[in-house]
Amino acid sequence: MCLAIPGKIIEIAPDNPNSALVDVVGMRRRVDLGLLEDDKPVPGDWVLIHVGFAMSKISEVDALDQMRTLEMLGECEAAVQEVRGYGLEEIEDKAS
Amino acid sequence: MKYVDEFRDPELITRAAEEIRRLADPNRHYRLMEVCGGHTHAIYRFGLKDVLPPNIELIHGPGCPVCVLPMGRIDDALSVAADSDVIFAAFGDMMRVPGTNGSPLEHKARGMDVRIVYSPTDAIKLAKMNPQKHVMFFAIGFETTAPSTALTLQRAKAEGIHNFSIFCNHVTIIPAIRAILDSPDMRLDGFIGPGHVSTVIGCRPYEWIAKNERKPIVVCGFEPLDLLQSIVMLLTQLQKGEAKVENQYRRVVPWEGNRAALKAMAETFQLRPYFEWRGLGFISQSALRIREEYAEWDSEQRFHVPGIRVTDPKAAQCGEVLKGVLKPAQCKLFGKECTPENPVGALMVSSEGSCAAYYNYEHRKANLLTSISASA
Ligand code: SF4
Repeated sequence: MCLAIPGKIIEIAPDNPNSALVDVVGMRRRVDLGLLEDDKPVPGDWVLIHVGFAMSKISEVDALDQMRTLEMLGECEAAVQEVRGYGLEEIEDKAS
Repeated sequence: MKYVDEFRDPELITRAAEEIRRLADPNRHYRLMEVCGGHTHAIYRFGLKDVLPPNIELIHGPGCPVCVLPMGRIDDALSVAADSDVIFAAFGDMMRVPGTNGSPLEHKARGMDVRIVYSPTDAIKLAKMNPQKHVMFFAIGFETTAPSTALTLQRAKAEGIHNFSIFCNHVTIIPAIRAILDSPDMRLDGFIGPGHVSTVIGCRPYEWIAKNERKPIVVCGFEPLDLLQSIVMLLTQLQKGEAKVENQYRRVVPWEGNRAALKAMAETFQLRPYFEWRGLGFISQSALRIREEYAEWDSEQRFHVPGIRVTDPKAAQCGEVLKGVLKPAQCKLFGKECTPENPVGALMVSSEGSCAAYYNYEHRKANLLTSISASA
């Protein structure tokens, strides 16, 4: 929950400026941009994500460093699990 | 050798370690508190204590939200969720935290509808998918996660989701630091400031620590080099007799914080007059409650919450460890009755809890030291 997970913005939903498709270690998930209202990221930008919300914009170099820190902390799997968990509908869709 | 090779720049690590040794006055004992549980985890994981000279002592602070939550709050929420129409939703971190009659996971095994969510907005989705049920999201965390809960409340209101509420346990970091500074048995020389909390609140709220308490504080990142650099910055200040707020984690933390996040919090939350913390007791204005305008989405205003107060099991010394008075291994239960597999206290559950961090990495302590001296 306190993990900061780096992700790259792929696209912003055309019908909802607060919803972005983000690539996190190869996984694509919807992330909420509502907390970056003052400085909206655009596709190609990197962000740090907490519990499904992008919390800050960072550089690509720092994003890759952050990923490595998570890896070193042994938290990579927890991060992947967290990100995989975002977006209940998709999961429920598959289950049904 | 392994860890040093993984570091961004092993040479920088070695240099920072040397700098620390040069700056530390051998006739002085330094007590530096890392406020954030993420730092505690990193410090143990990287074996940083062994890189530091013995007169630099790192004291683990109260910055693990799962750890500081008193057991009564879990009991309260579980008592609401005992109603079969209620779904109890929480982050995975909460699932194994013991309540008086077991953890949320154990309640699930006994038939309670308990779900893990990874984002509070997913709890809203859960509510939409289960219109005949009420979804209660057990919100927890410092200012790192509170803004997400705030936006979730606003979304729930805007979308008119009526079968959803939040059991709010959000706490704020500044009053906890104040309580620690006020406690008579605590002598500290400086603070390693929390990184991700500061993304939201910025660096200004720490200024009183420097001005009034005359203690340096350095907001710090989570890599080993970040931690060592922050210690260098703290020692430099101490050597010059200064006390300032500095930002080592500038690549992520803006001095002014995140305005949108603070705004969402101010619109949805207000300070509770007081709140109980495990180990630190009642601290005034240290936690957030949901504003009247959002009463419909506040589990505590919507349901009868018994307000259970329980003391920790007698032999458990979680409180002393949380205050930094005892080291994890000094607790009588550590590694015996209390292990990560069978946690008695929350500090043994969360990876950011100092007991779990100490338990998991204790045996690897020697690694970094050997590799540092080998590469020096
Ligand atoms: S070892 Fe267990 S009981 Fe003792 S302080 Fe740590 S978490 Fe609490």
